[in-house]
Amino acid sequence: MKKQMIAMLLAGGQGSRLGALTQGMAKPAVAFGGKYRIIDFPLSNCVNSGVDTVGVLTQYRPLQLNSHIGIGIPWDLDKQVGGVTILPPYEKSGDSEWYTGTANAIYQNMEFMEQYNPDYVLILSGDHIYKMDYEDMLTRHRKSGAEATIAVMPVPWEEASRYGIVVADETGHIREFEEKPANPRSNLASMGIYIFNYASLKGALEELSHVPGCDFGMHVIPHLFRKNDNLYTYEFHGYWKDVGTLSTYWEANMELTDLVPEFNLYEEFWQIYTASEAYPPAFVSREATVQSSVVGDGSQVEGTVLHSVLGSNVQIGPGAMVRDSVLMNGVVVEAGAEISRCILAEGARIGAGAKVGSGSFAPSQLDPRVYNSDITVIGAGSRVPEGVSVGRNVAIIGKTEAADYPEGRLESGAYIIKKGGRA
Amino acid sequence: MKAVGIILAGGNSERLQVLSSRRAVAAMPLAGTYRSIDFALSNMSNSGVGTVAVVTQYSSRSLNYHLSSSKWWDFGRKQGGLYLLNPTITPENQSWYEGTADALLQNLDFLTERHEPYVVIASGDGVYKMDYNRVLEHHVAAGAEVTVVCKALSGVDRSRFGLVQTDGTGRIIAWAEKDGQGQADGLVNCGIYVIRRRHLIQLLEECKRSGGKDLVRDVLIPHLGGKRIMCYRHEAYWTNIASVESYFACNRDMLDPALRRYFFVEEPVIHTRVDDNPPAKFNGVAQVSHSLVAGGAIVNGTVEDSVLFKKVYVGDGSTVKNCILMNNVYVGDNVWLENCIVETKTKIADGTRMVGDPADIPVIT
Repeated sequence: MKKQMIAMLLAGGQGSRLGALTQGMAKPAVAFGGKYRIIDFPLSNCVNSGVDTVGVLTQYRPLQLNSHIGIGIPWDLDKQVGGVTILPPYEKSGDSEWYTGTANAIYQNMEFMEQYNPDYVLILSGDHIYKMDYEDMLTRHRKSGAEATIAVMPVPWEEASRYGIVVADETGHIREFEEKPANPRSNLASMGIYIFNYASLKGALEELSHVPGCDFGMHVIPHLFRKNDNLYTYEFHGYWKDVGTLSTYWEANMELTDLVPEFNLYEEFWQIYTASEAYPPAFVSREATVQSSVVGDGSQVEGTVLHSVLGSNVQIGPGAMVRDSVLMNGVVVEAGAEISRCILAEGARIGAGAKVGSGSFAPSQLDPRVYNSDITVIGAGSRVPEGVSVGRNVAIIGKTEAADYPEGRLESGAYIIKKGGRA
Repeated sequence: MKAVGIILAGGNSERLQVLSSRRAVAAMPLAGTYRSIDFALSNMSNSGVGTVAVVTQYSSRSLNYHLSSSKWWDFGRKQGGLYLLNPTITPENQSWYEGTADALLQNLDFLTERHEPYVVIASGDGVYKMDYNRVLEHHVAAGAEVTVVCKALSGVDRSRFGLVQTDGTGRIIAWAEKDGQGQADGLVNCGIYVIRRRHLIQLLEECKRSGGKDLVRDVLIPHLGGKRIMCYRHEAYWTNIASVESYFACNRDMLDPALRRYFFVEEPVIHTRVDDNPPAKFNGVAQVSHSLVAGGAIVNGTVEDSVLFKKVYVGDGSTVKNCILMNNVYVGDNVWLENCIVETKTKIADGTRMVGDPADIPVIT
């Protein structure tokens, strides 16, 4: 059955700069904004844009992602024709390989795309928080007669040298690409979102099939640019957040607690969908205080929660204090514990009276490229025993015990990795 | 399970006043994120009753919407599933359902074409958790022809319930249905019945010949002396929400963490249609205490001892005390609301002050 446009969503990356958060799951499966997961944003954008056929390419630790997506019910992607299909790497009779690059992953799933004989293919990644109408982008793509259209957004000039920059003329016709330029000639950054004419994409992937680690930004786009010089931009002017590092992830969550968040989930228009169970409303006890926070259904707050994001089924015990933190689904903070500037992954448990996120910043002894802010991260299913004190920029993964904390204290920048956590 | 399920959800209730002018009682939003029929439906599903018919008639739009997909209760199966029995015009029948027995008679095909030996009948306005298998086991063990689930209930207005009296063996010997003069010590009829399917068909046909319309009055009570009609006592939480007082009280009951745990955490849990609301939002000066706040809600003011349903908004400087604010209620700035139920989608203008009588909770629409 023919589809005008299908989407291919790249969801196989680890997102290693999210440290403990992606220890057990791929980055698109990481929870965001209380009840959501990062992949909900591109998936919801697809259905809201009328794109009803989506291939999700998985590779790194796909269990959470698979069970979250299921047959696509939350996004209305359980369809007779089309809908969502999970596309993992597979063995072939000849030379089998993993997905070695973004374009290589698409190339290995040519058969999937052929089924729908599409005119256009939309390439997405499961890494960003944004609302975008891909149909509008398609309209632009068709009007310009481009072979491929790249979504770009203006970034502050002083930050432009951190991005892949696109130089285009006033019609949007792309003249040049600059990868992290020292002296940028444009401030339009590529968002990693592409619409290709299917024939052009197929041709390019076949011509580049021998390229090791074939990648869209590095190989496919330059190849098409050199060949026919018919690439256009689609300028996007909304909220778009890369949550690829612990500090950007934390900031993007914290922005949701603003009085009127720039990224507003409370609007009727352009809803974000996610897999969710039925829960009673959040409960706030007589002794509790909850301010400048979002709190998921099923949660129970008996302590104080300030400027924080709480997922579903979170429990905050009496006398506990949570501030400036992100608590994913099922987190338990026992009585009297204090949490400050932390990310607590799903099902983490903080023992009574423990103090997590205190003291001042110190460089990470685990991996300074990943842990480079004052945010402390507790992995999924991990446990911090009662009464201990934990500094800033700390990573704790697994079921830790009092004996793991010499003199009851884990200093800033330290880490513990033990067994017993879970994805 | 060896039974087919029937949920009677066709009625309204005058005791719910304006609340039921908009919807059937079974569709009443409850506990912030649920509707009352979720309890009977989830009990059916959790008991392994794979085929359930919901009998609807009165103002059924909300109910039909809620049940438009049966997947939430796991009924979307090839075998069995969820059936909606709306009144229809047929060559044999040109009228609405004139009572519960009449409703079943008009859908007798549904019963005759099934193969399960038993029928579990429940009402759509009961709030309880029950494994109907236990009732069926009791039914068989007691050699009952009909089993009626009953509950000892005190401290409530008993005149709105059917009241039964039993002998030492649990057999029902007296039964007064909502006539206002029930025996002071009687047990309350919860409106849950187990009966052999063929037996029910036979009783309904007899009832039709005698011109009866009501399941309890015309089908069951006339057989009180002749048939073994047994009582199954339910000990855990049960209420029905067919009056404003009980609706208010039931929502307030849900503020008890132990009761929420019982219904919504301990397996098997109550299921409902899940909406796509973001988490509840508490802004900088919000003061929320001893309250439930559902997804999509935004709170700026003070909220105490209240239940805020989905997508409720409470403005700056407003105070909400001892209130039930149903879905999509908008409370403006500097409002004072106390002891009220506010109907779905109602807008309360800035500066409004409304204090209800706690003994006679008003409904604001």
